[in-house]
Amino acid sequence: MSQDLSGDAHTGHPTAGQYFRIAVILCVITAVEVGIFYLEFLGHWMIPILFVLSTGKFALVAMYYMHLKFDHKLFTYMFVAGFVLAAFVIGFLLILFGVYT
Amino acid sequence: MAQEHAAQIHGEHEDTTTGLNHRKMLMWAFLGSDCMFFGALIATYLVYQGKSLAGPMPVDVFDIPVTSVSTFVLLMSSMSMVLAYAALTKNNLKGFRIWMISTAIMGATFIGFQVYEFSSFAHHHVDINCSSPGELTDYEQHIFDEGCSNGEAHAESHEGLKPQTNLFGTTFYTLTGFHGAHVTLGIVWLLSLLLLSFKKGMITPEKNLDVDLAALYWHFVDVVWIVIFTVVYLFGVFPGF
Repeated sequence: MSQDLSGDAHTGHPTAGQYFRIAVILCVITAVEVGIFYLEFLGHWMIPILFVLSTGKFALVAMYYMHLKFDHKLFTYMFVAGFVLAAFVIGFLLILFGVYT
Repeated sequence: MAQEHAAQIHGEHEDTTTGLNHRKMLMWAFLGSDCMFFGALIATYLVYQGKSLAGPMPVDVFDIPVTSVSTFVLLMSSMSMVLAYAALTKNNLKGFRIWMISTAIMGATFIGFQVYEFSSFAHHHVDINCSSPGELTDYEQHIFDEGCSNGEAHAESHEGLKPQTNLFGTTFYTLTGFHGAHVTLGIVWLLSLLLLSFKKGMITPEKNLDVDLAALYWHFVDVVWIVIFTVVYLFGVFPGF
């Protein structure tokens, strides 16, 4: 798989076929998310499952479509820094306002 | 030679202090800061979730199948965008134009879904049969209690969900509205590049950074929607969240 997604030797990017396969994976994950949403017996387990699935989709787009996997690591650090700060802002605001303690 | 070309495509080995292209660096800095912008809007939505005193709630207005289709369209537009970029790097200008048009059309379709959604929320109409109300949400129960208490056959409400209706309306429209504005700006950007591609020498495999930056922005609005779809829509109608 790693060899499969290692990319086009000429540009260092995945090929059109690999981009298509990633799109199929993204669509399947979205379909699974919507399917899980209707499985009421999952109860509160639904939240972590949906969280993991959407994180996977986020990572796939960022790594392959935004080329972070192939680009200079500094770009990744700049994006992840903003993302982590945003996650902290959300977490601390929820605690501050007593939504989750 | 191939490595040099790949480095050019990645915006690396430039004559700068970091060896990286400044425009690309600036774009990533912008995307990082935009993460914080949307993070603040998502945090505000979550903080006020369930604190609305009146009006429709997420469970009353959200239509998950429709939003799933619009999410699918936006995901496909990301694939289309990346194929446009790949076509350009292979000097396939015709392919580049086809994929750029399809990306812009899918982006416009997503905006169409959003306009439809906003319109249906704003004109949300509740009509409850007082003799057989069926299963009711809290909001519908409130309408039932008020409308059916004096012997009426039907209880109705045409209030709808507008930004000023309640905290949910305010935070929801602000968050998704700003995302829609980002998508709209992206469509304008993509169409501008498409038009430029008809001018000789403006869009070439060697000068692909303009397209690369637009693609980064487009994929960013896609990943933001991935978060919004899960946190706002799927979690929004989940009773325990």
